Amino acid sequence: MIRALIPLLVFLGLGAFFAVGLTKDPSQLPSELINRPVPAFSLTELQDEQTVLDESLFAGRVSVLNVFGSWCTACLAEHPVLMGAAARKQAVMIGMDWRDSRKDGQAWLRAHGNPYSQIIFDEASQLAIKLGVTGAPESFIIDKSGHIRYKHTGIITHEDWAQRLHPLIERLKAE
Amino acid sequence: MIAELGHFALILALLTALAQGVLPLIGAHKERGDLMAFGGRTAMISFILIGLSFAALTWAFFTSDFSVQLAAKHSHSAKPFIYKISGVWGNHEGSILLWTLMLGLYGAMVPVFGKALPASLKARALAVQGLLTFGFLAFILFTSNPFERLNPVPLDGQGLNPLLQDPGLAIHPPLLYMGYVGFSVPFSFSVAALLEGRVDAQWARWLRPWVLTAWSFLTLGITMGSIWAYYELGWGGWWMWDPVENVSFMPWLAGTALLHSILVLGTRHQLATWTVLLGISAFSLSLIGTFVVRSGVLVSVHAFAVDPARGVFILALLMAATGGALTLYALRAKTLEGAKGYALISRQGGLVLNNLLLMTATATVFLGTFYPLFMDALTGEKITVAKPYFDLAFAPIMMLLIIFMGAAPLLKWSGDSLSSLKGFACKAALPILLIIIATAIWGKSVLGGLGFALAFYLAAGTIAAFAKRSQGFQRWRGLPAGTYGFVLAHFGMAVFTAGVTAMSIWASDDIGRLKTGQSLTLGAYEFTLQSAAPSARENYQYLGAKIAITHKGKDLTTLQSEQRFYPVRNMVTTEAGFRFSPAVTVFAAIGEGDPQKGYIVRANIHPFVTWIWFGALLMALAGFVSLCDKRLRFGSHEAQP
Repeated sequence: MIRALIPLLVFLGLGAFFAVGLTKDPSQLPSELINRPVPAFSLTELQDEQTVLDESLFAGRVSVLNVFGSWCTACLAEHPVLMGAAARKQAVMIGMDWRDSRKDGQAWLRAHGNPYSQIIFDEASQLAIKLGVTGAPESFIIDKSGHIRYKHTGIITHEDWAQRLHPLIERLKAE
Repeated sequence: MIAELGHFALILALLTALAQGVLPLIGAHKERGDLMAFGGRTAMISFILIGLSFAALTWAFFTSDFSVQLAAKHSHSAKPFIYKISGVWGNHEGSILLWTLMLGLYGAMVPVFGKALPASLKARALAVQGLLTFGFLAFILFTSNPFERLNPVPLDGQGLNPLLQDPGLAIHPPLLYMGYVGFSVPFSFSVAALLEGRVDAQWARWLRPWVLTAWSFLTLGITMGSIWAYYELGWGGWWMWDPVENVSFMPWLAGTALLHSILVLGTRHQLATWTVLLGISAFSLSLIGTFVVRSGVLVSVHAFAVDPARGVFILALLMAATGGALTLYALRAKTLEGAKGYALISRQGGLVLNNLLLMTATATVFLGTFYPLFMDALTGEKITVAKPYFDLAFAPIMMLLIIFMGAAPLLKWSGDSLSSLKGFACKAALPILLIIIATAIWGKSVLGGLGFALAFYLAAGTIAAFAKRSQGFQRWRGLPAGTYGFVLAHFGMAVFTAGVTAMSIWASDDIGRLKTGQSLTLGAYEFTLQSAAPSARENYQYLGAKIAITHKGKDLTTLQSEQRFYPVRNMVTTEAGFRFSPAVTVFAAIGEGDPQKGYIVRANIHPFVTWIWFGALLMALAGFVSLCDKRLRFGSHEAQP
């Protein structure tokens, strides 16, 4: 009798975990790269093919690396938040135009505005794979020493920015 | 109008399924034949009603009726015919309807093939099947109605996700669901057996064909998924240990264990409670898989649009079905007495070990898949469990399993000793040693040598067992189909093991920016970009490239790769060019670029990757071959020994 109860008890325990799991938001998974330096890369700037960007881009300042693409509808949803943050100079925004064509990426920014100070053009997922990007939009917060400190998967809402990302950036600036 | 008829048919099906779930149960309890007879009829009627409803939804997609919201969201008038049809299940609502359609199909097949089943067992099993169908129909009607109308009607649809516009998608989910849902029959029969308080060899033989059917379809479905992910997503991997892959793999592992334990129950009348528990587990794992995919509790590349209300509903369904079945198990397991005792060194002992290892493997995958969820629930900490954990934890279990798989079929059913393996061990030892040494020298990998040696050992053990049963291949024609099934399946596993070994050790890739005429070198292979030019087709624009490949200076092939842009969805996808081969599969993909600066070209070399799928397909084929076994006529009395 006791032994026959084991499967039921295990299953009930499992059900409890599933129930708790339903209340959590799985989209805020951190990257395996948290607290590790931005991986080495060498890619061109979206607006200027002659400029080559690499990981030194992140040295000496706190920055937000935002993955986007002209094909990404969800990116449009968070775009106003990024534009707002850039206009108030709350953070250095580095864009990463992912799986896009140069022409479309540029046209998209012309149409919707450009919150980025520099844009890494990663059409072949070279940096995206190293960063473990699973989809766009996705954002990383990088500290002065070029270490990734935070990863945000999915759309950044006004609340996300005001309550989590911006305070963290201010804290990192003070470090 | 057609959509409303479909919706109406679904409501009627819900009521019919409720009747199917209640009346036969009362009938079996009161021993009333008239009520029990309802089981078969209602099962057939509810299947037909769900079928009509599915046809109505397909019609909306086929005629591009964008007043139906689902069609507007997931179809487009310019889409090729086949993808209009496969678009029906390329979304949450349609795919869950397909799921339920198959649940109805299996329910309707039970009375067709189970004419000789004892009336009360059949009635109870059909009632359980009816309750499951009822649960899923309620889920569709209350949380995921596929027939919702849209007003105003859009001029055109939003199109199907381009990644899903592939022949692989057209057949992958239906096959997978045939497997997933097929395990509902063992589940229903297990619950019915608990209600009856009786499990015997006869029951096991009735059930085995259903388990075989479900298992074979699931094997096919998972294999198709792997192939589709390999060439469509172009990640260069055949298995990512993604949560959604894992949740399809767990019912497979449990189903494989069930397939073997039911064999013991059918021949030796042992492992009765264990088999019932596995019957419940295999389908419960299918349900958990559905829960994970539809509720978004885990992050996956495959996830459907996430909706917590759906998660709550499926969780309730899961708790009712599995929780109910396990409660019944706790109360009634004692009544299911089987014969006791077996020798460890015997075929039977081997099958018990097989079961233990397969369940350990299931637990390992389970833990890896759900660990992030557990940690999040307990500590709020977010972590991910990645490929290295699975590779590290899973490989040793599989190695052990293969060691038993190779030897156990050589033993007698009961009471054998290790000395009867001596002959095989002596013959196999030398080739195994040679394989390890040769691979270490030419392949520069000891681990690869061990993997190949294991594959060879399994193949040799399987052939030796076949030789033993056919008296040195003399009587190879007259054996029962189940024996051919066993040989094919285990041989397939050997082929699979060799493929996995080669892929984990010798796969390589490179990426570079090439102008036309330039080339990229990868081992003995040279990839040259011959041409790249933009063009357009049916519903997308593309950049098409020709990439010539030479091996040691000799022309091998010219691959075509495309980068596609789908304007309707604003999505870019890459179609890699492949040259599949039994030895080394090469593929190349074109990325962004222009004639002046060159284009991004990705080159991959995958030795023996085709063996993985070939091996898996052999296993699926083996399941279907075993179905022809005369000893396993669905529910017939001829089977009595």
